[in-house]
This record gives sequence, structure tokens and C-alpha cells, in this order.
Amino acid sequence: MIRARGLVKAFDDFTAVDGIDVEVRPGEAFGFLGPNGAGKSSTMRMIGCVSPPTAGELTVLGMDPRTDGPRIRAGLGVVPQRDSLDEELTVEENIWVYGRYFGLPRRLVRERAAELLEFAQLTDRARSVVEPLSGGMKRRLTIARALVNSPRILLLDEPTTGLDPQARHVLWDRLFRLKREGVTLVLTTHYMDEAEQLCDRLVVMDHGRIVAEGSPSALIAQHSTREVLELRFDTADHAAHLGGVEGVADRVEVLPDRLLLYTPDGEAAQSELHRRGLEPLSALVRRSTLEDVFLHLTGRTLVD
Amino acid sequence: MAGTGTTSGRVAPGADGGTAPLTGGWQAVTAHWLAKYRRVWFGTAITSFLSPLLYLAGMGYGLGMLVDRGAGGIDGVPYVVFVAPGVLAATTLQVAAGETTFSVMGSIKWDRTYHGMLATPLGVRDVVTGHLAYVLVRLTMAAVVFFGVAAALGTVRSWWGLLAVPVAVLGGLAFASCCYAYSASLTNDRGLALMFRFVVMPMTLFSGTFFPIEQLPGWLQPVAWLTPLWHAVDASRTLVLGTADPGGVLLHVGYLALWAAGGYLAAVRVLHRRMVV
Amino acid sequence: MAAPDQGRVAAAGRLARAVPIPAGAGMARMLVERNYRSFRRTWVIIASGFFEPVFFLFAMGVGIGSLVGDVETEGRLVPYVVFVAPALLAASAMNGAVFDSTTNVFFKLKYAKLYDSVLATPLGPRDVALGEIAWALLRGLVYSAAFLAVAALAGAVTSPLALLAVPAATLIGWAFASIGMAATTYMRTWADFDYVQLAILPMFLFSATFFPLETYPAALQGVVQATPLFHGVAMVRDLMLGQVGPDLLVHVAYLVVLGLVGTAWTARRIERLLLR
Repeated sequence: MIRARGLVKAFDDFTAVDGIDVEVRPGEAFGFLGPNGAGKSSTMRMIGCVSPPTAGELTVLGMDPRTDGPRIRAGLGVVPQRDSLDEELTVEENIWVYGRYFGLPRRLVRERAAELLEFAQLTDRARSVVEPLSGGMKRRLTIARALVNSPRILLLDEPTTGLDPQARHVLWDRLFRLKREGVTLVLTTHYMDEAEQLCDRLVVMDHGRIVAEGSPSALIAQHSTREVLELRFDTADHAAHLGGVEGVADRVEVLPDRLLLYTPDGEAAQSELHRRGLEPLSALVRRSTLEDVFLHLTGRTLVD
Repeated sequence: MAGTGTTSGRVAPGADGGTAPLTGGWQAVTAHWLAKYRRVWFGTAITSFLSPLLYLAGMGYGLGMLVDRGAGGIDGVPYVVFVAPGVLAATTLQVAAGETTFSVMGSIKWDRTYHGMLATPLGVRDVVTGHLAYVLVRLTMAAVVFFGVAAALGTVRSWWGLLAVPVAVLGGLAFASCCYAYSASLTNDRGLALMFRFVVMPMTLFSGTFFPIEQLPGWLQPVAWLTPLWHAVDASRTLVLGTADPGGVLLHVGYLALWAAGGYLAAVRVLHRRMVV
Repeated sequence: MAAPDQGRVAAAGRLARAVPIPAGAGMARMLVERNYRSFRRTWVIIASGFFEPVFFLFAMGVGIGSLVGDVETEGRLVPYVVFVAPALLAASAMNGAVFDSTTNVFFKLKYAKLYDSVLATPLGPRDVALGEIAWALLRGLVYSAAFLAVAALAGAVTSPLALLAVPAATLIGWAFASIGMAATTYMRTWADFDYVQLAILPMFLFSATFFPLETYPAALQGVVQATPLFHGVAMVRDLMLGQVGPDLLVHVAYLVVLGLVGTAWTARRIERLLLR
């Protein structure tokens, strides 16, 4: 569906994407995980044919974005990072008008709008203007709108950023359904839980490069331990406690507000610390997540 | 301005034993708008200073040539002398409308400046007074600059003409306070576009600015008498020409003051209803 | 699937590669359709635009006309309202087009981000430019026709050629809308629109609109004749007075060139701004 080799996007003063290789297969949910400024959005814009690549090779749906932009875009659905709904129109009109941009016949657009509004749980708001809708509703409408041309690939840039937890879950549920219907999903996110929930496969990006690639569980298995012990101390500088925990875990990360101890067995590490007489304010054992993978690969956290 | 003297309200209560007032008062609001204006004054200088002068040149001298040839001027004076006080008053109307429409709606709805102001000890009355005081500053600047140029061009015939400046400013304020109340009552900006089209524009054209209202069909003349602009134009014109009689001018000024006061009270009420819920 | 239009999109793609102007899918009309939908909600404001030149016509015809009497233009004496009506038609075509293509487009470009979502579909920058300009023209066409009807009622129309003033006004609209839209792509804040006024107001007042060219000092006549609105006013006046000569071709050519330059420039700028 999408294939990139040595893809580069450079602006006047910086290089946003610095030679990435990506391969997205039909029907999978593929994610770009990384912090803000990692080059995810620039990559998405290149795939969406609204930003010409500076160098490298890119094919989308078997075509070259440089020459076949309109033809490729006819087969894509794009959900941009910031909702760009048409606030001068009603909810249903947003879908109608957008469908017409694809040259679809009016009758077809109306039929499809009815289905999509149902899908987006917005049927009862069809005639409302867009402005008073909640953030989650607007996001669902943006997704419904992007589906009007029955795209083969749906591009989602930070689909749930800025939404409350409940709205996120509603949205994830909708995206699952699409995936089951065989739509290829390509999404960017800086939330590791979202990447774990939605993605079959993902790449971790940092500073315009890909630092790791694989399924969420494979990445965790490869780049982290099974469990993590999180320790908080009553202190300004957690690095001061490094000596005390030495040898307890495979690896230790120091964050401003806690220590992370990477170990196959969190409980065992905890009792070892207890035996040494260490008294943290709190101690928590949890499974490793993609957040830990990212921390390990880049030395930084995802959400700052 | 507020915030410089020892009686400033910017000090936290209790910082000096609780004797300082709790609020910067309306002056603080005026200072806010002036600070904003300082950043865009150059661009607005074009619309508020240059465009009246262009109108004076185009209408007064260009069209004036045709009028003077066709009718020998108006009421015995060249057309440019007739039209200058009209443009003076129309300018204050434009500035007034420009400063009390989109900025009022924006402060309520878009950038929510008023929400920020009212989260401090400032009250609704301070917000309205401060905003209108700022408009007063703008009106005075525009009127003084235009009057200076018009006088230099020899269109002012009497020393009494100097009084045309405060009269025109009062005319602008009369409209500004009403316009403020109207803008504050709207929930979207469509009403503003309509107001410019159906109030500001016709008033500018048909209130004796460019031609005596006696030229209008009989039924329209009483409408013109009602507009604040006609009173500002007529008073300014008699002052500039040196034909003013004190009673007439006082009547005009009284009428305008009534508008200004009524608009102010309405503005405070409307904004209160809008912001304090 | 977007099958029904796959063919057209493909053809447009080939065209875009062959022609050295910004890409489009030949679907500018879809943007016109979008604007029509939005217009149905705001038609009151747009319809109200019609009143502006009518108020001016009334003020000039009724208020000033009787003071001025007859005016000499092209060697003929005509009542002032007959002289000024064509100018108001031309000037309002300019004002309407500029307003539409500057503030409206600026809002869509900067705040509503309308074109960002449009460009995610097969439509390209050329479609955006053509669509917006075409919409401005459609509106202008309706205004002009309505104004002409009012002018006829006011006795300001003296020749059947006046009917051609409607397409002529649309040409004026095109020229100004395209230049205005190109200029809009350079604007950073609303404050920049004051500079648009700086360009528009002198033209409005000094393009032989309210008084004949002969009234200007000799030195200024050349300057006046160089402005686009002068050509617009002269063109419409020739038609409404029924005095058509070779001059008309010059006026038309001037405005057509302006329109072409403005349209290409706009499409190029949209491409620069949004497809980077």
C-alpha cells in the first residue's frame, strides 16, 4: 500500500524526516510513534501528497505522489491533526461537500453520508452546525468525512490528542471496526497506550529517523524487560538513590520524579530493596510498555 | 494612566496594609486598549487619518468643481467648505463604529479579553467605561488631525470652528456607546456586517454630510434629524462657518449627550447580562 | 471507491503534468458548490451588499445631482446621475470582488483552514484559485445585474448596450478578485487589510468615478488613466452611454491581462503556502 525508501523531507532550516524506510501492507494498522517534532506529521503529509518529498522514493497505492497526487488522494482518507471541518456548514453538509470534492455523484454522497453519520454516532446532530459540537464529536465527524470516498488507506494524524478518556475509547472502537472491514489504517501518535491498542505494527521515530520497528509486543520483548518497578522517594534529586538500588535490576532509568527499575520480576526486586532497608514513598510494579521502549531507545519520555 | 502612581490598584491587597484600592479601575482597561492600539496604529492611521483626507480631496475639490460650477457652491460657500465639517463628523462616526464592533464581540467571544478582565476585581462598568474612554482618545486624535489639515486648507471660516472638534468627538461618542451596546448583545458577527451596511453607510451618506438634507425627499428629512450624525454635522458646520447660534448648538449638543448617556447605560446593562451569568 | 471519477482525475493528472501551472483536478466547480451551500446560511449579508451602490446612487443622483446639473463626458452633456451610475457599477464590482477575495479568503486560509482539507482530496491549488475566483464572479454578476435594474429605474440607463455592462462588471470583478486573492496570500494579520484600503480608496475616489477626467490637473490625468479602475469605469460608461469605440478594446485588454496574471499568481501562491 505504502512503500518508502530513504525518504527525506528537508525545510530551509531543518530536516524533518531524515531517510526513513517504511512498508505498509494491505489491511494492517500501522503506527508512527514518537514525541512531538519527531517527523511523524511530515511523513503523513508526504504520504497524503500535500508535501513533496525532498529525496528518496515513495509510492502510495502503487503510484508516485510527485506526479499522481490527485489520483492517489482519490483513494485516501485524511484525518489531519487539527480538525479542519467546514464551520460554515452543517454536520451532514460537511460530508456532502467533501464527497463532492472527490467528484462523487450527489445521490451517492447523500446515501453515504447517512451511513457515515450512523457510524460516527452523529445522526441526531446531522442538521446542527459544526461549531457547538464537542471535541470528540468533531473528531468523529472528521473521520466520517474522511471515509466518504471509501478510501483504501485512512491516514490519521494524532487521532485522539486533546480528547477526554471516554471520547478516546469511543474513537478507538470506531477505528477497530474500520480495521475489521479491511481499511488500512496509518496513524501517528505520541501515546503509547494508543499505539498498543490500535497498531499491528509500528515504527518508533525520533529526530526524523526510525529507531525501531515491529509489533508492540515484539518491541517490548526486544527493547525492555517484562516488568518495571517504579520508585518515588521524598527527595529533590532521584539520582541520589542510584547507589542504593545498584544490582537490583537489569537497568535503571532516572526521571525527575521517580526511578524506573527494569527487571523480569518486579516483586523480587521490591523485596530485595526492602531487605536492604530502602524506604521509598511509593513502589509500583507494572508491565513494560512502549513508553519504556521509547525511553530505552532515546533516553527521553514520549510526552513531555 | 493607571498603574504608575502610588494609588495604583496593581498592588496585591494587604501589601501595603490594605489601604490600596483593590482595582486598577477603568483606567486599567483603557491602558489595555491603548497598548493594543500602539501595535497597529500605523495601519489604522491609513483608515482613520488618510481616508478622510482623501474624501475631502475627492469630494471637496473634485466633485466640488462640478457643484460650484452647477450651483455656485452651497448656501453661498464653496462646496469644499461645506463638505469639510461633514467629513469631520463622518470620520468620528467611522472611528466609533470601527472601535466598538468587532473588538467588542471579539473580547466577549473570540479572544475572551473581557473574561480575563472580569476575572480580576474589575467590574462590568469599568470594562465599558475603559473601552469607551479609549474610543474617546481615538476620536479626539482623528478629529484633531483632520481639523488641522482642513483648517490649513482654508476651509475653516471662524475661530468658533475650534469647537467643532469637541462637537464631532461627542457625536462619535454618542454613536460609539449605542454601537457598543448593540455589539455586546450579538451572538455572531452577521449583525455587525448588517449594521455597517444599513446604519453606518446610509447615515454617512444621508445626514447632511455631502449635501444638505433639504435635497432629500420630504419624508426622509425627519429621519435624518433623528440621527446623531446629522446633529454633529449641523453643529460643526455652523461653528466652522461662523454662523452658529448658541441655542442651536446647545440643542444639538444636548441631543448628542442624551444618546451618549443612554447608550452607555444600555451598554453596561447588556454587557452585564452577557458576562455575569 | 471513487470509481466514477477515476477517469477524469487521471486525465487531470496528465494535464497537470503537461501544463506548467499549478496542479488541479479540473474540479473548481466543487468549491463553488461548497460556497453556494455556505451562502444559503448567510445570504442576508451577501444580499445586503447590493444596497451599498444603491445608497450611493441615491445619494449622488438625488443629493448631488441637482446641485451639479449636467456634466460633459465624451463631448456630450448628460445629467449627473447618468454620468455617475456607470462609475458606481464599476466601483462596486471592484469593492465587492476585493472584499470577497481578501477578507473571506484570508479567513478560510488562516483560521478555518478550509483549503488544507480541500487539498487532501483530489482537488489541487488551481482548483482552489479558480473556484474562489469563480464564486466571487458569480456574486458580482448578480450584484451588477441588480444594480443595473435599479439604475434603469432611476433613469440612468440610456442605451440598450447597457446590458453589456453586466459582463463588463464581471470582468472588473475578475481582475480585482484575482489580484486581491493573490495579495491575501501575503497577509499576516487582519491589520494588513488596512493597506488594501489604501489601494482601493484612492481608486474609488479618483478614477474619473465622481467627476470627469478633464477635471483633473493635466499632470494627474496620466496617473488616473493608469489605474485599473479607470479602465473599468470607462468601459462601463462607454457601454451604458452607448458610445462604443476602439478604446473599449484597450480597457478590456487591460483588465483581462490583470485577471490572468492574478489567477496564475494566486494558484502559485496557494501551492507555495499549502503544499510544502
